[in-house]
Amino acid sequence: MSVPILEVVDLHAAYGRIEVLRGVDLAVPKGAVMALLGPNGAGKSTLIKVISGQKSASSGDVHLGGVNVHGAGPEELARLGLCTVPEGRSVFPNLTVAENLTLMSYAGVSAEAVLETAFTYFPRLLERRGQLAGTMSGGEQQMLAMSRALASDPALLLLDELSMGLAPLIVDELYDTVAQIAESGVSILCIEQFARTALRVSDYAAVMSGGRVVATGEPAEILETMSDVILGGAA
Amino acid sequence: MSSFLAFTLFGLFSGAAYAIAASGLVLTYSTTRVFNIAHGALGMVMSFVFWDFSVRQGMPLWLALFLVLFVVAPGVGWFIQRFVTRGLGEGPVSVSLVVTVGLLVGCIGLATQIWPPEPRSVQPFFPGSDVELFGIFVTAHQIITIALSGVVAVGLYVLLNRTRIGTAMRASVDNPELLKLFGGKPEQVAALSWAVGTSLAALAGVLLVSTVGLDYYALTLLVINAYAAAMLGRLKSLPLTFLGAMSLGLITSYASGYLPTDGLLNSVRNVVPALFLFVVIVAMPQAQLRIGQVKGIVSAPQPSLFRALGWGGALLLGVAFLATAFGESKLLLLGTAATYAMVMLSLVLLTGYGGHVSLAQLTFAGVGALAYVKLEQANLVGLALSALIAAGVGALVALPVIRLTGLYLALSTLAFGVIMEKMVFQAEFAFGFNGTLGAERLSVLGVTIGSTAAYVWVMALFFVLMGLALLWLRRGTLGRMLIALRDSPAACGTLGLDARWFRVGLFGLSAGMAGLAGALYAGLRGSVGAAEFQYFNSLPLLLLAVVFGVTSVTGAALGGVGLMLLPVFQSSNPSAAGLIFAVIGFGAVALGRDPNGLANQLFKLGRLLDRRFGTKVRARIPVLPAPGEAQRRMHAEAEANAGAEPSLTSVGLHADGSVDVPLIADPSREVGAHAAPRG
Amino acid sequence: MPLLEVDHVVVQFGGVTAVNEACFAAEAGRVTGLIGPNGAGKTTCFNVISGLQKPTRGAVRFDGRKVTSVPVHRRSKRGMGRTFQRLEAFGSLSVRDNVRVAADIHRGVLGAVRGLGSSSRGGVDALLERVGIAAYADERADSIPTGTARLLELARCLAGDPKLLLLDEPSSGLDETETDDFGDLLRDLAAEGRAILMVEHDMDLVMGVCDEIHVLDFGSVIASGTPQEVRGDAAVQKAYLGYAPEDEAEPAHVGSAEHPAESTRTDLPVLSDDTTVLPPVGAGPLPGGAR
Repeated sequence: MSVPILEVVDLHAAYGRIEVLRGVDLAVPKGAVMALLGPNGAGKSTLIKVISGQKSASSGDVHLGGVNVHGAGPEELARLGLCTVPEGRSVFPNLTVAENLTLMSYAGVSAEAVLETAFTYFPRLLERRGQLAGTMSGGEQQMLAMSRALASDPALLLLDELSMGLAPLIVDELYDTVAQIAESGVSILCIEQFARTALRVSDYAAVMSGGRVVATGEPAEILETMSDVILGGAA
Repeated sequence: MSSFLAFTLFGLFSGAAYAIAASGLVLTYSTTRVFNIAHGALGMVMSFVFWDFSVRQGMPLWLALFLVLFVVAPGVGWFIQRFVTRGLGEGPVSVSLVVTVGLLVGCIGLATQIWPPEPRSVQPFFPGSDVELFGIFVTAHQIITIALSGVVAVGLYVLLNRTRIGTAMRASVDNPELLKLFGGKPEQVAALSWAVGTSLAALAGVLLVSTVGLDYYALTLLVINAYAAAMLGRLKSLPLTFLGAMSLGLITSYASGYLPTDGLLNSVRNVVPALFLFVVIVAMPQAQLRIGQVKGIVSAPQPSLFRALGWGGALLLGVAFLATAFGESKLLLLGTAATYAMVMLSLVLLTGYGGHVSLAQLTFAGVGALAYVKLEQANLVGLALSALIAAGVGALVALPVIRLTGLYLALSTLAFGVIMEKMVFQAEFAFGFNGTLGAERLSVLGVTIGSTAAYVWVMALFFVLMGLALLWLRRGTLGRMLIALRDSPAACGTLGLDARWFRVGLFGLSAGMAGLAGALYAGLRGSVGAAEFQYFNSLPLLLLAVVFGVTSVTGAALGGVGLMLLPVFQSSNPSAAGLIFAVIGFGAVALGRDPNGLANQLFKLGRLLDRRFGTKVRARIPVLPAPGEAQRRMHAEAEANAGAEPSLTSVGLHADGSVDVPLIADPSREVGAHAAPRG
Repeated sequence: MPLLEVDHVVVQFGGVTAVNEACFAAEAGRVTGLIGPNGAGKTTCFNVISGLQKPTRGAVRFDGRKVTSVPVHRRSKRGMGRTFQRLEAFGSLSVRDNVRVAADIHRGVLGAVRGLGSSSRGGVDALLERVGIAAYADERADSIPTGTARLLELARCLAGDPKLLLLDEPSSGLDETETDDFGDLLRDLAAEGRAILMVEHDMDLVMGVCDEIHVLDFGSVIASGTPQEVRGDAAVQKAYLGYAPEDEAEPAHVGSAEHPAESTRTDLPVLSDDTTVLPPVGAGPLPGGAR
């Protein structure tokens, strides 16, 4: 098997004295979609923050495409082809749709290409290109956020709680887009509170609890064996 | 009619220059959340550089202009963002204010050092090529300035709305973290905005210098005009900033044209920008309480009252000794140091404990002095009344801005300082223009303290009493509330504390302390004038307070001595006068991030020495079989003192200033020095 | 009349509606739960109730009076207390002093000055004892674990003896035993006649402790009732699952006997058609378990 696109080895991270990641081991194969599940407080979002370079690990390594990216900043990683869509609304509310799209060209694709891809996938964005992103509905904002993943053709896509605060129907639409992106060969790691929605599009699933990955496997077996942990409520 | 047109034209001209300066200020503030008080000072330095290039070195005008605007100024801006203000935007506003005040003072020092005072002048652009328009003469320089403000407006619009880096600038205002995830570099964006901002400050300076003159202070204070204008756009909107600048230019021009040339209204013309700023700030909408992760601030440890008493006593003994040894002139200096130290104590309360910044603390001292003189009651009642009046004035300054955040409070104190100095202190009912008033020495219970030595000792006594009161307050209910309010205003609100009135009270109390110092100072000198309370001197005062430690009484004592020595040192080394300012300014830039200052380093050194040698000393002290708490405390005191004394003398700082060198801090906490005796 | 009434409150940020015509109430002596998916507007509701956020429209009534435009501190004086999801403990003060400050503020600044002393240390320590963090009394508040800091915020509220307690995710960061004790404490506090309104993700706690639950989705209340009622509500299941179990057409493993359909979501464990069984959370066979 080829080198995994993402490999996390014995990763530890803490907020002050409180250790949130306590030795995470995880590998995402190239071209695969992996869902990361687990109760609130299990450390999923922290893991995404460490992988994307927003938070530094206290020990352990992150390899992207076989390269150790220890100490790289989020902007460097973004330019290397890591696309992170963080929790919440990940667009700039006081910029117009077109301006948001222009900024997406920092990841290496020309601004024209970004605009074209985005408007082809989401014609609604074309209608609203001059509107401030913050005045659009939550679903439209997430479409805009997803445009970055679509247009920049990333090596790895990190999605953190895409569905937060969105209507089920819109979440389904968004995950259709995720499936499309996955089909184009992009590797994806996604955190999702709606386990089933995420599992619908994933090849693998991992479960985190108490700052560790406690299980990985096919979606079906994970659901079968791990539901207690996934359901664990606050840990 | 033609005079009206002429005033309008002049207003538009100065408004255009303000607009250029203000838009630079808005650009840097909105992208990095650092309010650059030194914006005008940078413009001043750049005008001097321009003079140096074009006049002294004789470069062609266009070359000098090009070098200043496109090489030196952007380079300096980039440097400042990179090495001075980086990361300040996320910290408390008090820190970024102190650091940029340091920059301001440093700039003035640097300019005085490099270009010592001598008459210099810069010609307007294309002198002599005036045109006549509607019956008035318009200079080419004025037309160029007004046109340039338009060019700047269009240029900034294009930059921010039509380029990717400009879009990134606006994006980094919203969410710099997200910009990083997009692959953008907020640090580069910030550096660019500081480069552009400084360039705009330079342009405004160069355009104004032929009118204002090459002056260290006049151009520096341009920042007040700039931020009065910027405030209209709430430090965000460039169009409103331009509108504000033009209105301010016009109002200033009309005021100088049509206000009567005598009486109080005459002095109004000097303070139009400050008044404008005040009005705009008062009209701003209520700030929302912010919720976010709260982090405690590590302050210098609080000494026990017992220890503080000991050190206070030692200080008084030391001053008594010095008072007998010193001659009259040195005694006056010592008294001045005590005054400054007391004013700095008021900053310990306000800034060190409360987290607010005042840029006009010396003005409050001036209010106290004025009240003391005018009351003509040279006794404790008069003293108390003077302090009360200063406190009332302080509360009045805070009152209009209680709805707003710390930055606006600080800026309004600066405006207040300007207004007081130019309008009130120099008025006939106050000190009078360049005048002084006589003051009598304080008498306590009918006994006049006539001798300067005794008077200085009494001042030291007041300092010690104020320091003790401050420590007592900090350890008590109000002190805890102050810290709580600094840590989380939102939580205090939900617990039922009306932060606004509490803040007014805090401000008033602090002003009252400064006022008391001022009143005592008046009694010391025998005659006082407005010159002694120039608001500008509040800035080095603030800086020295922070450098020496604005969280401890010791810091205030050391700072007071330091500030008193400043002019002494300057007069003995006139060639290095500017250098000293530069050192203080840039020293504050370097140390401003740690409000605990040098005093805290001293405490640490003491603790270190105690750890090093304390055990040896302790070994020689016989341990009683059943030591009670009090005895244990006394042991700890003795040991700590034994450890501390050599440290203080070895660094050459005598006990003259230190009241609370807390080798033993709060006994309830496990701090190195006393862990051993307790265990 | 309920102690707290939220009446058609709307909060808009830019064009996004965070709270949309929300209506719910909390009654004295009862524990009321406010649940919903992440981002449903729960914390914004809390901010509106406590006065930190001005609603775009709608009203908040407390203790029989409209408080919509009453400032934060005065609502607190009338008997509201709240904790924060993102902690707002006074980090530079010790745990004990955090509670002392709260007690002092409750007595009023003038009272504190007049009394010259401060609140009785005994009372403060009793509060720390009551929420179970007396062992931390002398620690600086920025150095204690999250769960402890949440309990500290609760103790701080209690120092003001509030009629209404607004608790924002109070149990996150607590372990199982601590959560159980915390549930008992909540019942105690309610039994004293206080109204408790809490946002919480630990469904065991919510289902076990609350008398009434309001489910918020999209900023609107989509269901209210007892835990049993809410659990069986189709709209609630739809909000949490993304669809009601009826329209389900998923692979067999999802709906299998041991792991019925409801088990596919991560933070509301029990939303099955039969409302009788609570799965033993955290008692699963897995190493490490949920805790």
